[in-house]
Amino acid sequence: MVAAEPIIEVRDLCVRFGRQPVLRDLRFSVSRGETLAIIGESGCGKTVLLKTIIGLIRPERGQVVFDNQRVDQLSERELSRQRTRFGFVFQNSALFDSMTIAENILFPLRQNQPQRAAEHRQEMLTRLAEVGLSTSVLGKHPAELSGGMRKRVGLARALVMQPEVMLYDEPTTGLDPIMSDVINELMIRTRGSYPVTSIIVTHNMKTAHKVADRVVMLYPLARLARDESQMIFDGPTEKVEQASDQRVTQFVRGEAGDRLMEMSGEGERQ
Amino acid sequence: MSTGFENIAEQRRSRRGLLMGITDSIADLGGYVLRSITALGDFALFAWRMLLWLFTRLPRRDTLFDNMYQIGVLSLPVVALTGTFIGMVLAVQSYYQFRTFGLETQLGGVINKSMFRELGPVLAATMLAGRVGSAMAAELGTMRVTEQIDALSSMGANPIQYLVAPRFLSCLLLIPSLTIMAVFMGATGGASYCIFVLNIDSHHYVDNARQFVENWDLFYGMLKSVFFGATIGLVSCYQGFHCRAGAEGVGSAATTAFVHSFVAIIVLDLFLSILMDAVYTAIWPTSPLLFGG
Repeated sequence: MVAAEPIIEVRDLCVRFGRQPVLRDLRFSVSRGETLAIIGESGCGKTVLLKTIIGLIRPERGQVVFDNQRVDQLSERELSRQRTRFGFVFQNSALFDSMTIAENILFPLRQNQPQRAAEHRQEMLTRLAEVGLSTSVLGKHPAELSGGMRKRVGLARALVMQPEVMLYDEPTTGLDPIMSDVINELMIRTRGSYPVTSIIVTHNMKTAHKVADRVVMLYPLARLARDESQMIFDGPTEKVEQASDQRVTQFVRGEAGDRLMEMSGEGERQ
Repeated sequence: MSTGFENIAEQRRSRRGLLMGITDSIADLGGYVLRSITALGDFALFAWRMLLWLFTRLPRRDTLFDNMYQIGVLSLPVVALTGTFIGMVLAVQSYYQFRTFGLETQLGGVINKSMFRELGPVLAATMLAGRVGSAMAAELGTMRVTEQIDALSSMGANPIQYLVAPRFLSCLLLIPSLTIMAVFMGATGGASYCIFVLNIDSHHYVDNARQFVENWDLFYGMLKSVFFGATIGLVSCYQGFHCRAGAEGVGSAATTAFVHSFVAIIVLDLFLSILMDAVYTAIWPTSPLLFGG
């Protein structure tokens, strides 16, 4: 059951790096409790969008509204406060390699709730158990863990503050199918344990189908005409297979299509 | 007739080519100046934000102590070793010049004065820039490219307050200790070489060394070192923070951190020397600068 009230609204968002536009006039909202999957090919700006939502990247134009507050207009200090309401799982986990696993998971608590120091350890152990890791990893450093374990530690660290919104940046990329499914199940379990809104950036259609309520598909600006929308699909997950836009169905089915022809064209030119 | 027209067209073309070359060069120069000004402004903003954080919220004690250990304690051996050898090299280089005039016993004054005022602070700063500055830039650069800095921000921490402020403070607070170590070892190395290898009379050597070096020289060196430490901390952290993607970006950040720090140290050294000498002359107008006797 998805609530109608939007917790995140993206309005006419434009992001540019130097002379290169990455996002153009994006407009969508995410309802409280909803799980949204953002799909699209590499380089279309999915991660940039996620980082703009949490205020790590300032947009050139447009607005990001979180819980009726303009994220793009917040001061550095207020932004830091608001970010504690988000949990961010990074593509390569982004664990602090100078810290142990325990220190990594404890970091958000120590940083934001130093007055509750007595409860920190219990909180950490609860999160660790939730992601299915044993306490033997606590003294290790991130480099000593496998990719899947690092992803789970990243998830535990993101969940430790019990955020209202979870942002997942390609949570299953680089993992074997079994571990990918473990991560999918963990995302579903997280949503089941408390009402969290989630945005998942993924290439993996299995993840989108299994976890998301709704799918938004972005298309690289370099392949679009000036007046074309960058969002080529926005709808329920079950409808994505039947999308009328061929670019969407090609992506969903994993078909190279005209890209193959482009490549052979380039090959001939060379 | 047609040949004449062709010549004129050719001349026009070559004139236009020359003109375009000049305008391109001016545009390139303008672009370079603009980029430099932007980078300078960006650096000033970075320093300002760091100072604001430093005055509003001190770094956590454990982070600060960890950085102090890495930056200060672990740099001591290399600073001591290089300091000793610099003192000895100074003795070797100066001995033959001074012997010509029969002034060998004055070597203690020259070596110690040089170590206190110039070589001690510059040597400690160079070692710090090489050993610590590059490492800080590489570490922060790696954190940037592996999204660890973004992760810090996403968890409500301010990366400048958490990563830059303790490193800056450690450089600032510990470089005077490193300078004292460099000066002490340089003076000891110079004295050892003069007394035990060059057989200079130890009584006169020590007497001259004591006579020629004042408290002002110690203050002079310490003050310079504080500026050097602040520069190394800021430049290195800035380079790490603005690291380009990939292994090449991290390597380049580490190299640039050292080169920029070293250039800044040398330039600062000149201006601080001029300033400090002017202050000395203003306070003690009759006292000679080099040999205080």
